[in-house]
Amino acid sequence: MNDNGTTQHGVSVQVRGIRRSYGAQEVLKGIDLDVRPGEIFVIMGASGSGKSVLLRHIIGLEAPDEGEILINGESIHSVDVASKYRMALVFQSGALLNSLTVGDNVGLYLSEHRLKSPDEIRKIVLDKLEVVGLKGTEDKLPSELSGGMRKRAAIARALVIEPELILYDEPTSELDPVSSVVIGEEIYKLNKRIGVTSLVVSHDRDLAFGIADRIAVMHEGEIVALGSTDEVKRSHNPIIRKFIHADFKRQPKA
Amino acid sequence: MFQNIGEIALLFWRTVLALPLIWRQRAKVLDQFHEIGNASLLMVAVLSFFLGGVIALQTGPVLAERGLHSAIGGLVGISMAKELAPIMMSILIAGRIGSAFAAEIGSMRVYQEIDALRTMNINPVHFLVMPRLVAIAIGLPMLVTFAILVGWLGGATVAQVTTQIDVPFESFFENMKNVVGISEVLHGVFKSFCFAWIIGVVSCHQGLTTRGGPRGIGRSVTKAVVNSIVLIVLFDYVLTRLLLH
Repeated sequence: MNDNGTTQHGVSVQVRGIRRSYGAQEVLKGIDLDVRPGEIFVIMGASGSGKSVLLRHIIGLEAPDEGEILINGESIHSVDVASKYRMALVFQSGALLNSLTVGDNVGLYLSEHRLKSPDEIRKIVLDKLEVVGLKGTEDKLPSELSGGMRKRAAIARALVIEPELILYDEPTSELDPVSSVVIGEEIYKLNKRIGVTSLVVSHDRDLAFGIADRIAVMHEGEIVALGSTDEVKRSHNPIIRKFIHADFKRQPKA
Repeated sequence: MFQNIGEIALLFWRTVLALPLIWRQRAKVLDQFHEIGNASLLMVAVLSFFLGGVIALQTGPVLAERGLHSAIGGLVGISMAKELAPIMMSILIAGRIGSAFAAEIGSMRVYQEIDALRTMNINPVHFLVMPRLVAIAIGLPMLVTFAILVGWLGGATVAQVTTQIDVPFESFFENMKNVVGISEVLHGVFKSFCFAWIIGVVSCHQGLTTRGGPRGIGRSVTKAVVNSIVLIVLFDYVLTRLLLH
């Protein structure tokens, strides 16, 4: 956040020729992406297409076999990138620390880095929990929450960081449609409020087309389409058409 | 194997470098300290009382038969202080606390909690490993000191109540005072301090390198306990040799 406490600029992300194999299986087959500062970029694709693996590489949890990832032009693996830029990843499972209360989890970044006083942290935590609809859960343990609630608490934890780059791994999976819309709106509002670069991995078509500035579609470790929501919707690529228009086809009763 | 040794040495060094942050992590150190010390106290008391007792029971009648009643106190005293208390309590703590370290950190690894810490730029060595190692490095020597005292008490009690030995309390401790001094106790306490680092660093390393699901956690726990015990016995010999001089 800048001096007046309202907006900040997100960072740019450049993915250059990323390849990654696990044993004989090549999961990422030379990915190239440019995510612009402050945009909401959604990576869509079927399960197993390599979206989450790409996300783990972008935040530096894994190192690629080939290629590089640059945050504002600096390698994600360079020594001071982690301390220079505020980045957050909302894990698919939530990844809350089970030994801490929900409130301690949400305020962990601030307390561990000693960025605020305990009273201020508590105020911020309560505020963020209210934003994600978890008011009154601050003293509960993660094991006392449902899967969807844990995910919302993980989003609150990421919001507290006020990041310049936020990555969401399937933010609406396990959520009911109403909660999905709330989370989608929160991703959008956060992006507009502080200008954070948001990279969302999801196979939720409604979410993707509802919040994205641009969309990339992944298939078997490759990007098969990249463009605005309208461009992707108009694509004639059969893989994309199949993914976008997949629906139940019930046989009419005889 | 050599890779593991290298990783363990590196983890040890990183933990040492993180020691200046100990005040900041004091709440976690106290939590772990409570788990190691308070929760193990009863078990340590029972184990060491009967260890002291059984040494008196095994050696007492043989010594008494040869008119060496006066040696029993010294024998129980020195064996508890220099060898039995440090090694048995370390093995107990390896099973109780080492396994807990490996399981806790291992499940955090499997369920991506450690990844979450890393994305928040929180160093897992500072947050998870250092508080545990500091707590065990303080807690185990204290437990061993307690175990030595209780072991002596066990030996003295058995020596008095067993008719084949029949050495009164006062004589037992009088004799022990002639043989066991503060340096013998410190010998055992120092060894347990070294064993504490071994248990801590080996178990935390196993936790941090856990792969797979619940099965992987189980494997890590077993390896943490077995490797700790093997290293304790090995280092016990090396340290005893070194301290002999």
